[in-house]
Amino acid sequence: MTRFILQRLAFGAVVLLVLSSFVFFLFFVAPGDPARMIAGDKATEAQLQQIRTNLGVDRPMIEQYATFIGRAVQGDLGYSYRNRQPVAEIIVRRIPATLSLVIGAVVLWLAIGIPIGLMSARHPGSLRDRLGQAFILVGLSFPTFVLGMMSLYLLYFLPKQAGFTLFPAGGYKAFSRDPLIWAWHLALPWTTLALTMAAFYARLTRGQMLDVMGEDYIRTARAKGLSERKVVWKHGMRAALTPLVTQLGADIALLLGGAIVIEQVYGLQGVGALAVQAVNNQDRPIIIGVVLLGGLFIVTANIVVDLFYVLLDPRIR
Amino acid sequence: MPILQVDGLTVEIPTEDGTVHAVRDVSFSIRQGELFGIAGESGSGKSVLTQAILGLLPTAEISGKVLFDGRDLIGLPQDELRRLRGKDIGMIFQDPLSSLHPFYTIGAQIAEVLHTHETISRQDARARVVEMLGKVGIPDAASRYDDYPHQFSGGMRQRVMIAMALIMRPALLIADEPTTALDVTVQEQIVALIDEMRREFGTTVILITHDLGLLASVADDVMVMYAGHRMEYGPAANLFRAPAHPYTAGLLRSSPANYSPGADLQPITGRPPSLLELRNACVFAPRCAEALPACASATPPLRVFDDKTQSLCWLPDGARRQPATEPAARVHAAAAATVAAPVVEARDVRLTYTIGSFLGHKRQHEVLKGIDLTVHRGETVGLVGESGCGKSTLARVIAGLAPATGGTVSLLGRDLTSLDRAEWRQMRREVQLVFQDPFGSLNPRRRVGSIIGDPFRLHGVAAGDARKDKVRQLMELVGLNPEHYNRFPSEFSGGQRQRIGIARALALNPSLIICDEPVSALDVSIQAQVLNLLRGLQRDLGLTYLFISHDLSVVRHVCNRIAVMQGGKIVELADSETLFAHPQHPYTRTLLAAGKTPPQMTGERVRNLMPTTEVGP
Repeated sequence: MTRFILQRLAFGAVVLLVLSSFVFFLFFVAPGDPARMIAGDKATEAQLQQIRTNLGVDRPMIEQYATFIGRAVQGDLGYSYRNRQPVAEIIVRRIPATLSLVIGAVVLWLAIGIPIGLMSARHPGSLRDRLGQAFILVGLSFPTFVLGMMSLYLLYFLPKQAGFTLFPAGGYKAFSRDPLIWAWHLALPWTTLALTMAAFYARLTRGQMLDVMGEDYIRTARAKGLSERKVVWKHGMRAALTPLVTQLGADIALLLGGAIVIEQVYGLQGVGALAVQAVNNQDRPIIIGVVLLGGLFIVTANIVVDLFYVLLDPRIR
Repeated sequence: MPILQVDGLTVEIPTEDGTVHAVRDVSFSIRQGELFGIAGESGSGKSVLTQAILGLLPTAEISGKVLFDGRDLIGLPQDELRRLRGKDIGMIFQDPLSSLHPFYTIGAQIAEVLHTHETISRQDARARVVEMLGKVGIPDAASRYDDYPHQFSGGMRQRVMIAMALIMRPALLIADEPTTALDVTVQEQIVALIDEMRREFGTTVILITHDLGLLASVADDVMVMYAGHRMEYGPAANLFRAPAHPYTAGLLRSSPANYSPGADLQPITGRPPSLLELRNACVFAPRCAEALPACASATPPLRVFDDKTQSLCWLPDGARRQPATEPAARVHAAAAATVAAPVVEARDVRLTYTIGSFLGHKRQHEVLKGIDLTVHRGETVGLVGESGCGKSTLARVIAGLAPATGGTVSLLGRDLTSLDRAEWRQMRREVQLVFQDPFGSLNPRRRVGSIIGDPFRLHGVAAGDARKDKVRQLMELVGLNPEHYNRFPSEFSGGQRQRIGIARALALNPSLIICDEPVSALDVSIQAQVLNLLRGLQRDLGLTYLFISHDLSVVRHVCNRIAVMQGGKIVELADSETLFAHPQHPYTRTLLAAGKTPPQMTGERVRNLMPTTEVGP
């Protein structure tokens, strides 16, 4: 078991290394002079040269990469070209907003998606199944930003015009200051993100449960005289869980790396919004930092999912 | 009082295609402590019948009367049926691996039955489970309580299922094909265990199976079902010795065990009817060799005989029964084989797999441990053994699909390892395979014409209309209608699909056809048709077969010589008759002793029709 974990960790480290070199060299060959960007159009050649020396971008490529990696493993991702603040610090400041958004949305979409999928799968072809499938179709068809705009219009703008505030337009308020205010501000982003994902998870749950409920061991469970609730939850859901966990791991990791659209729509200062700003500003150290953070989340999520597999399925122990 | 009395049970299942009339007006009664057999081929309604009784088919419409211990189960609320299941009626199923939940320990799964039906502490439940596991023959039961199903062998898993079904000491045990997925020797142990438990607990047993030999050996009363109807019903001894219904007689005639080896089987022709339509006629009439004019136009009456057998048939005296035919003039392959040239020669063939990922530690797994086998032109060599003995692997090695890691395989005198690419392609024409699963081994999205024509295309033998003609000839040869050239595999029945596989194998006139369990997925009556086809083709075309099977009566029937495999080795190789008459190796003797065959039919008149006013519906 320890051996397995160590193997996975080593493999994850290799993936991150490959990712970092890929991103680094990609930006190295990209056009654009960082010195010119920092100093502005009026800077003299001497000033530009001075900036290049300070940044270290006039050194040979390999040397720059080695320095970058050497610092990165110590948590030092360099400084923003824009405001000279440490990249790591900037990113860490953005994490609470993204984390709050993702955690709340995950809880919400699981709470909506799994019961709908279950209900659909347990009575295939029935009215309930068709309602469930309609939800799935609608949920998957709406792009997040349309859903976001619609909810902003209906739940923020219209009430505002009528003279009262139902929900705020967005923005992030820290949990530590007031959990209620925090939740109130995140309610719309949570719902928007969760609805699309819930449709996706309902479809996944439905498909899994339809397969599982046709298995022989479900017939055995019924032949034992178990109540239908036990048959579905203890025997059915337990077996349908593994693929759900896999998908959930990947989705959480992806969103933690930046829920770009949602953060833009609701003006949440999260990692996704940071990535957009960094790209607009050509702020290379920050872009690299955000990409590495996303990679780190995905690698970690994969390791966690693998460990869950071992816990969930005795056959691969 | 009978423990279970069923009167006029009818089960209809609504589906997208229409209503499936799965069970039609079936009646029977089972005495306390009896072992009641239900026989029938797939689609006969034998499993549906029992599941419907227990409320396991929620969508089915069920009518009739089912008295269990005096209480009518039909129309009972689902909640009361649920309380009966597991407590008063236990069930075991065909495949013990898929019937056990892979993620829970076997102990927990059995204890769950106790916790569902009574209030019991965890410790007490555990103690009772361990005791029960010991009773069904799980060695070291206490320590195996916390093991998962995948850690048990097939036979042990079925023992676990039996323990689960019997832990509440139910009055009735329904065993639905409990031995079909198991090896012969294990089958025997499981049947013996069921019988022993029945005697110990006084449990009444319903044994559902397609295996007539098995029923003949253990059942008290037997019911034979076909297309949802109860064709024949009566004491097992009378019914199998002297079947009254032509269908029962046909089933027995389809079993190679009822023939002298080498004789042509007399299979039931045609295939089972669709269950979607109801007709005012005997369901078996289209396939019945003895059908009278009345059979096709009116539902048959119930004939009751003085030896307690009953038959749903127009024939007043019951079916014509002839004992097994005289051995037909045998293809003189056995004699010729000694002089004929060898097609395949395997010398000390070994195959070792290395298991383990490229990061994990590696293990060696030896599948074939030095096989010597020669197949001569024109003969059929049987390869018999239990699952995991390496017989299919050996077939793959001989077919050149898996390279041996040691020893040599030579085909027509050429060593397989010494071939270059062109010679390899040539060799591929010489060895063809027919597989077990006629459903899984044909691409469902390709038309039958192109499946059979593939060998011609791949080897550039014929194209265009020439290829089409050849394919049609092949279809004719294997008994398929050439007009079905453009159909998809799903439009054919299991037996017909196996014919497609055989036609494809025949296409390039191979020197050797390897049949890997070619009939084990088929019903007995269809199985006989395919066996006859294989034998006929051999007679006409001088084919050479390597025939792999776990069914000894089939192997004995078609093979000149038989090789018995165990643990990657051939432990005995002899002429079929010598092997059956004088088995040398202890394992061969175990195999032979385990195989159950139905009793021989008698030709004499054994019963009289009872005067009765009862006429079938």
